[in-house]
Formats: sequence, C-alpha cells, structure tokens
Amino acid sequence: MTQAEQERHFNDKIAREIKIEPNDWMPDEYRQTLVRQISQHAHSEIVGMLPEGNWITRAPNLRRKAVLLAKVQDEAGHGLYLYSAVETLGTDREQTIDDLHSGKAKYSSIFNYPALTWADIGAIGWLVDGAAIMNQVALCRTSYGPYARAMVKICKEESFHQRQGYESLIKLCNGTPQQKAMAQDAMNRFWWPALMMFGPSDADSTHSDQSIKWKIKRFTNDELRQSFVDATVPQAEILGLTIPDPNLKWNEERGHYDFSEINWDEFWQVVKGNGPCNKERLEARIKAKEDGLWVREAANAFAKKRALKKTA
Amino acid sequence: MSTSQWPLWEVFIRSKQGLNHKHVGSLRAPDATLALENARDVYTRRSEGISIWVVESAHIHATDIDEAASFFEPSDTKIYRHPTFYEVPDGVKHM
Ligand SMILES: [Fe+2]
Ligand SMILES: [Fe+2]
Repeated sequence: MTQAEQERHFNDKIAREIKIEPNDWMPDEYRQTLVRQISQHAHSEIVGMLPEGNWITRAPNLRRKAVLLAKVQDEAGHGLYLYSAVETLGTDREQTIDDLHSGKAKYSSIFNYPALTWADIGAIGWLVDGAAIMNQVALCRTSYGPYARAMVKICKEESFHQRQGYESLIKLCNGTPQQKAMAQDAMNRFWWPALMMFGPSDADSTHSDQSIKWKIKRFTNDELRQSFVDATVPQAEILGLTIPDPNLKWNEERGHYDFSEINWDEFWQVVKGNGPCNKERLEARIKAKEDGLWVREAANAFAKKRALKKTA
Repeated sequence: MSTSQWPLWEVFIRSKQGLNHKHVGSLRAPDATLALENARDVYTRRSEGISIWVVESAHIHATDIDEAASFFEPSDTKIYRHPTFYEVPDGVKHM
C-alpha cells in the first residue's frame, strides 16, 4: 500500500469506530500524540501516589488506613497499565520514566499541591479522582486499542476511589465544628486545582482539535470541566460544603452551572514547574528510582542464579 | 542496571474455570517467577484470575498486519461454511 492509501485506510477506520492496534499503520503525529498523552497519564498515576502515600501512616483508624493503602496501590497499577500501553507504541519504558525525571514529560498539575490535613485525603478522593474519572470514562472510547482497554480497567477500579473520599468527608461534615471546618478548608483549596485538571480552555488548547478528529479525545476540556461541575455541585450540597466561587449558579437556559473564570496564571505557573510541590515531587520520584536500584540488581542476580540451577 | 534490560512479558489470565486465558497486558520482569508475581499484583487485585500465563513477548509469533487481507482471504470466500448458505423448506423444524 502507498502512504496515501494507508492514510485513507487509517482515517476510514477512525470514521467507522474501528480501534487502531499497535502494529497498524498510523500517522507519525498520531503516534506522538498518544505517546505524549498516555505517558503523561501514566506519570500522573505514579506521582499521584505521593500526596496520599504521605498520609498512610497517619490515617485516623485501621479501616481508613487499609482503604488508603488499597487506593494508592491501585494508582501504582494504573501507572503500570499505562506504561505498558505506551510501550506498545514502540517507546522504551525506561526512557519514558527518565523523561519524567528530567522534566521533559509532564504530569497532572494537581499533584503539585500539598495534602496538608486528613480532610485533604477525602477531598482528593472525591474531587481529584472524581475529575479524573470524568476524563477517563470518556477515554474508554478512545481510538487506540491498548489505551482504551487500560481505561476500561482503570475506570472499574476508580469508582471506589471517589466513593471512599466522599464517605470520609461525610464523616467529617457530620462531626465536630472543627472537623467540618477542616473539610471546608480542604474544599476551598482543592476546588480550583480540580477544575484545572481538565487542562487549558478549548480556545488555548494546542492539541485539542486534532485529538478530537482522531478520536483520541472524545470531548473537549471545557465540555468535561462543565460535566464535572454539574455533577459535583449537588454532591457538595449534600455534604453541606460551600463551593468557593461566588459566581457559581444554575443557568436554566443553558441547563448547566455557570462558574467563574479559572485563574489561568496560576495554572500555567504550576505547569511550568512553579507550583508548591513540583520540586519535591520530582525529587521523590528520582530518589525512588535510585534507592530501588539495588532491588533491581538483586532481582537480576537472583534470576541468573535460578537460570543456572535449572541448566545444571 | 536498568529495567529495560528486563524482558517484556505478555500476561494472560483465566478469570474462571471454563474460560480461556485472555491477554490482559504486559509487564517487565527479570524472570518468569517474578513475572508471575508481578502479574498477580498488577492485574489481579480484585480476584480477576484463578490462573496466569506469562510469555516472553519475544517468543510470540504473529501474522503480518500488512498481509492480513490475503492471509485470511481463503476463509472469506467460502460462504457455504455457514448454515445461512443453505435453504430449507419452511416447515422443517429443529435444524
Ligand atoms: Fe488512577
Ligand atoms: Fe484513583
């Protein structure tokens, strides 16, 4: 097949909702877009373990501790499904990880905010995982097969993440005035960063158009953000928490909630590496790789020894 | 030593007795024993499996995607392999 024929065949598959699989012909730019997006997604799962992992030893009781541990372990799994999906595109797994450590690759900005109190862990489950789910449910229909399959598995696992966070906030909101205030404080700090998780507004999103055409993305950033706001406001009402936005109100005509403009300066500052925890997060990841070196070496040595025994 | 020197393994899981092992993804591990343990931790955290196969990706042979049309062509043309090819009078039952 000529290049033009292959391109036509590819576009035809996209139009007919036929998934693209690893060995299929695909435009270079489609491949690059996927590598960037999936690796960024993988890095987010991995870096996302840090703010929560910090609280495992300080969880208020054994139940919450077991739950948090299971959630963080799931996020590690999500990272691994996604690294395996990136690898199907012909990249080197270790290079992908090193690109995070060198600052070349990005991860979700939300994880550059600190988890200061126990209520933050509830808010992260409810709002951060909630926003991630909104995004990931849409990606279950993405056009690249391995990415779509990873998303289906991830979405099945995510639903408990959001529920455990919400449940934990319900407890706080029905607790002492101090506990309720702690929940409100977490809401105040996480609401806007959660909305920023959907990325720049459609007008400023560089990759959005082509990604929608290739059906890598099925909804735009602003569409997903709006769905998230619409779904979350009633949940906040049930908790009795106030959303920190004076302009938030139901718009009968649009059938959606209106909300204030996001502070895009803050968004770009954090993306560029100047958020409260960017430096700390990257250092933690690099240290984890370096400190784990002896484990990988030992595993190699042990594998060799076992192989020798087998042949002996 | 880097993990990229670890071979890539494809993971297949039998979710329950009576079903085939099904491909679920891949991972990297230094040997089969660790590949199986990693596969358990990565792919079966919610009792998704009762049996796992891991196969080094390098050992998998696959049909060539570019030759798929001609490779599978012989079966596409034999419509008489399907029951719908045959006409049976209306009154005939259980067939
Ligand atoms: Fe996740
Ligand atoms: Fe999650």
